[in-house]
Amino acid sequence: MIAELGHFALVLAMMVAIAQSIVPMIGAYQNNIPWMRFGNHSAMGQFLLVAISFGCLMHAYVTSDFSVLNVVQNSHSAKPMLYKISGVWGNHEGSMLLWVLILAIFGAAVAAFGQYLPPALKARALSVQAMIAVGFYLFIILTSNPFERVFPPAVDGQDLNPLLQDPGLAIHPPMLYLGYVGFSMAFSFAIAALIEGRVDAAWARWVRPWTLAAWGFLTGGIALGSWWAYYELGWGGFWFWDPVENASFMPWLIGTALLHSCIVVEKRDTMKAWTVFLAILAFSFSLLGTFLVRSGVLTSVHAFATDPERGVFILILLLIVVGGSLALYAWRAPQLRSTGLFQPISREGALLLNNLLMGTAAGVVLLGTLYPLFIDAISDGQDKISVGPPFFNAVFIPLMTPMIVAMAIGPLLPWKRGDLGKALKTLWLSFALAILCGLATWTLQSGQSPWGIVGVAIASWLIIGTLTEVAGRIRLFKIPVGDSVRRFINLPRASWGMTLAHLGLAMTVAGVTGAGAWTVERVQSMAPGDTVQVSGYDFRFDGAEQKQGPNYLATEGKFTVTKNGNFVTVLYPEKRTYTVRQMATTEAGIHTLISGDLYGVIGDSKSDGSYVTRIYFNPLVVWMWIGAISMMIGSGLSLSDRRYRVGAPTRTSSSTQQPQAAE
Amino acid sequence: MKRKHKRLTFVGVALVLLAGAAALVLSAFEENIVFFMSPTDIAANKVSENQRFRLGGLVEEGSVDRSGGETVTFKVTDITNSVAVTYTGILPDLFREAQGVVAEGRLKNGVFVADEVLAKHDETYMPPEVADALKKSGQWHGDEK
Repeated sequence: MIAELGHFALVLAMMVAIAQSIVPMIGAYQNNIPWMRFGNHSAMGQFLLVAISFGCLMHAYVTSDFSVLNVVQNSHSAKPMLYKISGVWGNHEGSMLLWVLILAIFGAAVAAFGQYLPPALKARALSVQAMIAVGFYLFIILTSNPFERVFPPAVDGQDLNPLLQDPGLAIHPPMLYLGYVGFSMAFSFAIAALIEGRVDAAWARWVRPWTLAAWGFLTGGIALGSWWAYYELGWGGFWFWDPVENASFMPWLIGTALLHSCIVVEKRDTMKAWTVFLAILAFSFSLLGTFLVRSGVLTSVHAFATDPERGVFILILLLIVVGGSLALYAWRAPQLRSTGLFQPISREGALLLNNLLMGTAAGVVLLGTLYPLFIDAISDGQDKISVGPPFFNAVFIPLMTPMIVAMAIGPLLPWKRGDLGKALKTLWLSFALAILCGLATWTLQSGQSPWGIVGVAIASWLIIGTLTEVAGRIRLFKIPVGDSVRRFINLPRASWGMTLAHLGLAMTVAGVTGAGAWTVERVQSMAPGDTVQVSGYDFRFDGAEQKQGPNYLATEGKFTVTKNGNFVTVLYPEKRTYTVRQMATTEAGIHTLISGDLYGVIGDSKSDGSYVTRIYFNPLVVWMWIGAISMMIGSGLSLSDRRYRVGAPTRTSSSTQQPQAAE
Repeated sequence: MKRKHKRLTFVGVALVLLAGAAALVLSAFEENIVFFMSPTDIAANKVSENQRFRLGGLVEEGSVDRSGGETVTFKVTDITNSVAVTYTGILPDLFREAQGVVAEGRLKNGVFVADEVLAKHDETYMPPEVADALKKSGQWHGDEK
């Protein structure tokens, strides 16, 4: 009964969405306030209905209702509660339901918190949002109904894919979707603005928080996925330039560009058409990502069972959204006039450079990701190729290096017209330290990749450069220290956000460089008592024992790690076999140090009682995660800046009437 | 600077960037693209020694030999033909006999020396290339769903 209720609520939500895509739009044309306000109510209603629907599916999982097909295929009565809950979105149907739930959350948030928005813009944005929702409701109801019943009910379920039974991956999809779907808000506002033919500073100020939120979640989602791959797959790697990873990375790159171009629109009233274009692009990439992941057209190590038919549906949806919005853009964008003028060397110029580099980077990732499809199509299926990490590294690193060099300079340039020489003079300390760090790296490492040196140098350049910018703001050593401290405390949150995000990127670069350039890997068979030395650490294998988990059996190995005879840590890597699916997973044993991770994996046992083991020393990896967290905190701080709450942005010379706090 | 000149500067920077990116992409494509081959392609001498490529097919039943310490040997087959493969390291968790597999490496004296064996996350997932290789050799038995 509850499953049917969920299904019914979902169909109702679609009906509400259909009404919401029409009524407020017409209301906005006819300046009919009640019709426009309908959007607020329907957005709330939609959210409520989808939440009910989602709650019903969750109920089926939590109570292990094995008369629901989706539960049978992805759950088991012996599964821990956390994974019963995460199992709701650990499968295609459920994850699409999560997608529309998040879409509805964003819609409801606009209705609830957008009281200062001009009613027409809000009505149009909610209407566009509803159109996207209708597409996805149709998709779920027609091709991926999570509430399908089986008769007779199964005795027990087939369990969730064991790789997904992991705390990191339990919250990875919701985070990622909050990011993906969050860009739909910027998209809806962009389309609404195109219809109105008006983009101004106030518009940018409304769009920016949504973009910031989406970007922060996407950053977290990508980092979590990467972290999961790092400790769960047991290859010691964290990023493989796999199509599924690229699918989440492209919207991130474009989202980063959008975030920065919004600043220019808000502060300087220029780059409007470009910003609208980026907003359309960011969401298009989100949809493309969904398509790539769900259709299985590309070989991916991360791919789960896929269904080409569903892929076609999303592809059509993608074509309608991208085609329609770009056509509207081509028609309306020329009307968006910019007033702010600026010289190439200026804050605007630097932000534009960021946009160009981010855009180009997203372009090459797209090219590398889709190239195998082109070749396959051109050669009529005769030639199959794969484009792997070497390609992406060869292209991406040279593009990102100038980007990071420019990142330290950009914030030091004033708006409109800047002096590059002056900015560079302020950065002498960064330059000196970057060279010093590079040289230190060069002497320490024994003639390996030059990228290691470059990576360390640019990471330290960016860290010192960002701190220099903060020092300049608080006029450190130019005024009494006490005054500087006061200035430091009173810095606007948005500037804190920028500082943390930029520092975060620098730390991530350091982590990626360390792990990419100097990872040491040793594979060997070890009998209990054997010792192997990796990067100065002695790993002694103390044998393995069998353990019983809630729904798996595990072989748990024990490594005692010492350095020069001093005890460091004990690692307990596991190899688990999940009983229901008879599927094995690896749990790496990891001990994190500031200088790097000690990483041990246990493999198959052999007849003589020894085990194949893999030992890694992954330098600086922890900085990647710290960097990602810093970027997220940065976006959160920026989001909480009082500018977005107090002093509600109002339009100058507004033709539309300001509402008296609608709703 | 006049407005026109400024615009030219921006367009110029964008073009330089794009040209740079294009050059990077082209040179990277040249060096880093890996072809996908089936055992039948190898039997037809489509691959030269020392060319890096991906091999896909099914792990032949009964062919996995783990007696050589950390080096494992097995055969990859598309039913019509099969190729011997050696790999040093820990195989992915979902590596199983009679399941699809993709390995990357080079051919040496008729033996495929893999330096990477790709894992999948889902036992029902078949890499499209493997499915196609099986279709080509006429050994595909429909989409089992």
